[in-house]
Amino acid sequence: MSVDTATSPASPAVDQTRVLTRSWRAPIVLAIFGVLALVVFGITAPSGEHSTFRVSTSSDFVQIEPFALPSRLVGLLLGVLCLVIAAYAFWLVRQARKVPLWLSVTFGLAFVFAFLTWAVAGATISLTNLLQGAVALSVPLIFGALSGLLCERAGVINIAIEGQLLFGAFLSGVVASLTSSTWVGLIAAPIAGLLVAYVLAVFTVKYFVNQIIVGVVLNVLVIGLTNFLFSRLLSPDPATWNSPGRFLSMKVPVLGDIPVIGPVLFNQNVIVYFLYVIVIVVNIALFRSRWGLRVRAVGEHPEAADTAGINVNKVRFRNVLIGGAVAGFGGAYFTLGVSGLFSREMTAGQGFIALAAMILGRWSPIGAVFAGLLFGFANNLQSVLGIIGTPIPSEFMLMAPYLVTIFAVAGFVGRVRPPAADGEPYIKS
Amino acid sequence: MTEPAPAPPETQQRSTAGQRFWRELTTGSAMVTLLSVVLALVIGAILIIVSDPRVLDAASYFFSRPGDTFSAAWRSVSSAYAALFQGSLINFQEYSIGRALRPFAETLTYATPLIAAGLAVALPFRAGLFNIGAEGQIILGAIFAGYIGFAIDLPIVVHVAVAVAAGLIGGAIWAGIAGVLKAKTGAHEVIVTIMLNNIARFLIVYLLATSAFQRPGRADPISPFVYESAELPRVFEGTRLHVGFLLAILAAVFVWWLLERSTLGFRLRAVGHNPHAATTAGMSVTGTYTAVFLIAGALAGLAGASLALGTERHLTPGISGGLGFDAITVALLGRSNPWGTIAAGILFGALRAGGVTMQARTGTPIDIVLVLQALIVLFIAAPPLVRAIFRIKIRAPEPVTTAAKGW
Repeated sequence: MSVDTATSPASPAVDQTRVLTRSWRAPIVLAIFGVLALVVFGITAPSGEHSTFRVSTSSDFVQIEPFALPSRLVGLLLGVLCLVIAAYAFWLVRQARKVPLWLSVTFGLAFVFAFLTWAVAGATISLTNLLQGAVALSVPLIFGALSGLLCERAGVINIAIEGQLLFGAFLSGVVASLTSSTWVGLIAAPIAGLLVAYVLAVFTVKYFVNQIIVGVVLNVLVIGLTNFLFSRLLSPDPATWNSPGRFLSMKVPVLGDIPVIGPVLFNQNVIVYFLYVIVIVVNIALFRSRWGLRVRAVGEHPEAADTAGINVNKVRFRNVLIGGAVAGFGGAYFTLGVSGLFSREMTAGQGFIALAAMILGRWSPIGAVFAGLLFGFANNLQSVLGIIGTPIPSEFMLMAPYLVTIFAVAGFVGRVRPPAADGEPYIKS
Repeated sequence: MTEPAPAPPETQQRSTAGQRFWRELTTGSAMVTLLSVVLALVIGAILIIVSDPRVLDAASYFFSRPGDTFSAAWRSVSSAYAALFQGSLINFQEYSIGRALRPFAETLTYATPLIAAGLAVALPFRAGLFNIGAEGQIILGAIFAGYIGFAIDLPIVVHVAVAVAAGLIGGAIWAGIAGVLKAKTGAHEVIVTIMLNNIARFLIVYLLATSAFQRPGRADPISPFVYESAELPRVFEGTRLHVGFLLAILAAVFVWWLLERSTLGFRLRAVGHNPHAATTAGMSVTGTYTAVFLIAGALAGLAGASLALGTERHLTPGISGGLGFDAITVALLGRSNPWGTIAAGILFGALRAGGVTMQARTGTPIDIVLVLQALIVLFIAAPPLVRAIFRIKIRAPEPVTTAAKGW
């Protein structure tokens, strides 16, 4: 906490004088984790063990031999690499420069791979399956995070992601069962998210009710509603109400045959392909279009946007609806993408993790993708390592993403800055 | 915004707690509350009707005999709400007063942790902070209190006191993390507390699989029962109501004293109204944040202790069961004031207790209670909406205090 707080980040006067500020937080944290990596994964690791990684799956076009790495040596090397990065970060801060994001990401990758090598010492895991599962688990998180950032870029906090995901899952499952068509169910999903978002928009944008409160209450409402209808209709008569079926994986020709990348990215179901499109569209729309400029103006400085002739509350209302539709669509992944039926509270708090992914991804679609993948990876790693048996209890692995998020918002891995007017209702004077 | 100003200031200063309670009950905000409850019950009734298989059956021949549909709908709703009432207040079918009032004791049992945890959300609200982490704080409180309760043998009275104190400390530690991070680094408390909730959830699962916590001879995650000396004693024999309820009421009195009569409370409210002005006046905003979270955590810890030592008397991974989130609705309904929180806690406790009876007797799933809770709070949060629906003029209540804005 030895931050040089000559200036508080909130005061606007900083930019005029360009005060030299050095934040030692990031290098210190990196150094601590670097030492941890070197000691635990390198020095104290048992010698003579090998970690074996399989790359190809049996159905691959090109087969690659599994490779074995000497666990202790790799741990030592990666630990040293981590410390070198930490030292470089110290040097950067000394020069009053910022620690760039790519450096933190490289550090994270080195640390994770060191951990992986240490954890699978003496055993074999399939890298492809690990990544494939990570992508699968991250899909709803990325949808949720996109929904969150679409709202928050316009200045409305969306805590109701959980509710939107859950209602999307519910309605898509029920509609698909009633019409016996997964495609019709998929169309119903964004409508479900839209409904929840509409309530959120009416209360927060029209009536100026506190956004966090409405979000929390909407989550309770959707959980109660879906649980109630589940016990009343879906559970007694699953043939009518809860037999939606699911989309099967479709391999993209050519792309799907690339080793590792093929099975991981291009052998998924249709909802995942929609996700790719949505991520690209949102990213371009938000940062390269007139619409996106307006949205960001509304989120950063609504008064200025209003002066420029933008209808602030209309933009917000619309963005909340779009965000809700995206989250609702993502909800369909639970029922139509994975399990093939709806179950009680099946989103299980993923909406809140999506919120964390959005913050960790710094309110950008690409960032949300990587943060979502990180959470999906941690989650999948936990279940994969659970099978081969590891020295770390699975609960601690499950906690890891949440700890990372706390570190992120506390500014230990670089400052995250929300849109300036996020959460502030705009009342035209 | 065009509403007349609230009561003149001199009565506000000189009135006693009792008078203020009465005024709260009879003026506009009580009216909004009442109408919100009515509206929520109406929507709940519609839900019960349209999802009842018997009503759906009758509706299939609606045009030949419409009366059947209506009578089936009436039977469905009236039996469900009658069971809700009998399960939460008085059971007229019992002959002795004690047995007839047993449902009310059950209501208060459910209300106990709701009140304590509701206070844990209400107090930070007044300082402009949003504590979504009551769930995790309850779990930590339960872990601490439960562990003292079953692992250490202490003399009677001392044991229960130490165990409850441990629960308070456990909750305070968990909330303190959020408070310290907020004060030192500006990390938003909503995100930190949500993350801490999840961490606590996995922590208790992990602990209950260790030899220190798991009940001998069991493979599932469950702890031994706490020693009898560590139990919060029952108030009435034959009910589950325990002394924890009185502790929750005492906690509400303490919160009232803290807010209205103490220096810290003054600081807290000042920070909640305008942190910049408070800083200018020489108050430590960061110190207040930390203090508020420590106290709030202790209150949630009390809820956890009352579950671990009073209601359940052992630990399971689901010991909190979403109570921390119900507590948010309790605090909102209670308008972040201690007396309101007691009333809201008892109302939601009644819905819980009645919901159990309703599910057992009529098969209406208890989850409808969650829907009712959420709807009540939603309607209360937007008085213009309730006014528009009922087309009446009622005085706008105070806005739901200064809750957290932005990240």
